[in-house]
Amino acid sequence: MSEYRCPECGYTYNEQSGDEFEGFSPGTAFVDLPADFVCPDCSVRSKDEFERVS
Amino acid sequence: MSGYTAALKSGEAIFYQDKKRWLWLMSIVYPLQPFLGIWLYVKTGTEAWLLLSLALSYIMAPLLDMILGEDENNPPEEVVLQLDADRYYRFLTYLVVPIHFVSLIGIAWFVSTHELSTWAFVGLAIIAGLASGLGINTGHELGHKKSKLERTLAKIVLAVPFYGHFWVEHNRGHHRDVATPEDPASARMGESIYRFALREIPGAFTRAWTIEKDRLERRGSSAWNTNNQILQSMAISVVLQIGLLIAFGWLMIPFLLIHNIFAWWQLTSANYVEHYGLLREKDEQGRYRRCEPHHSWNSNHVYSNLVLFHLERHSDHHAHPLRRYQSLRHFDDLPTLPNGYFGSYLIAYVPWLWYRIMDKRLLALAHISGDLNKINIYPPKRQQIYARYGRPERLQPVVIEEPQAD
Ligand SMILES: [Zn+2]
Repeated sequence: MSEYRCPECGYTYNEQSGDEFEGFSPGTAFVDLPADFVCPDCSVRSKDEFERVS
Repeated sequence: MSGYTAALKSGEAIFYQDKKRWLWLMSIVYPLQPFLGIWLYVKTGTEAWLLLSLALSYIMAPLLDMILGEDENNPPEEVVLQLDADRYYRFLTYLVVPIHFVSLIGIAWFVSTHELSTWAFVGLAIIAGLASGLGINTGHELGHKKSKLERTLAKIVLAVPFYGHFWVEHNRGHHRDVATPEDPASARMGESIYRFALREIPGAFTRAWTIEKDRLERRGSSAWNTNNQILQSMAISVVLQIGLLIAFGWLMIPFLLIHNIFAWWQLTSANYVEHYGLLREKDEQGRYRRCEPHHSWNSNHVYSNLVLFHLERHSDHHAHPLRRYQSLRHFDDLPTLPNGYFGSYLIAYVPWLWYRIMDKRLLALAHISGDLNKINIYPPKRQQIYARYGRPERLQPVVIEEPQAD
């Protein structure tokens, strides 16, 4: 289980906890997020720009 | 007066004081200015005073922008974190939320308890709408933040102009699609503000609804759900506006209709000037490249920025949407509007004048330099624009076909 971070605003997607507000249930892998996923907080960075932090 | 100390990379210590600190109070007072006209009317009995607010926004503001000019002063990057963290600034954005309710309810009370000429009634409904349009600006500043309190306040203040879908629309739609033909909130070259309004207002609502519906469906519920961010805000609008109807009678029907339309129109005007004609390029995979500073029009005019929470420093806002208003920065060589927003709106309301002033500015931008392929063009005007500007010999600087890199 890894964490991925938006380099613009610091929003972090944690695979273990998912993102309840966005409707990604716990355990949803980052690769399984929609292809057009953009940062839910800043909308500036897209999925391939997220950085793996752990 | 408080200031901020920081160390530069060189190790040198700097001290920064924000000269605009107290002037930001103007953003709070501005939605109350309709009451100045009302007070003068009550004192003198002259109905024309009721329209004072229009003169303040569309004559005085552009003139003050011309006279006071521009301010390129920036907080040093090193103090931005401290400036962002200073709670005084965000407190102002909280404080202005109830003021927008006071403005609408106060004007509604006034028009329903005084015998006014029809033109004065309509004028005040428009003025109330323009003041609530500023509420969308307040909701904009609050809605970009991560804290629950600020997001909730955004939904509450957006209920005043009945524009509850803005939070989803702007943050998740406009910021993603900005400066592309797919964005209903980015104006195209050759598109008049009136045509733009007819595309933007329904387009923004549809996009917001789609985004919110998708989110709720991922969560396993339907769009018609109490978790729907759009419906939450609109529920407040319904309560507020039906409440006004019950309290002040049937006159509220035309009053609120005019109010709502002009509040939306205020946002339409801002959207129109903010990205007119600008276009993001696509990468090799056909996806739009990230929004760059040259994809927004800016204005550094002091006065209008002070009443709009620095909205006119728009490039930095799109590059760093979570950055707070007091920290937004000016950069050199950005697309620049001829006046602050209020003056620019006036130009936009006269389409031929707008094209005359702005098309030249657009074509002259360094990243475009006359290349029509790098402009977001209104399709029905494409032939006309190509015929007018498409001949290289008429462009300054001259367009040279660059060899395609492999
Ligand atoms: Zn982000």
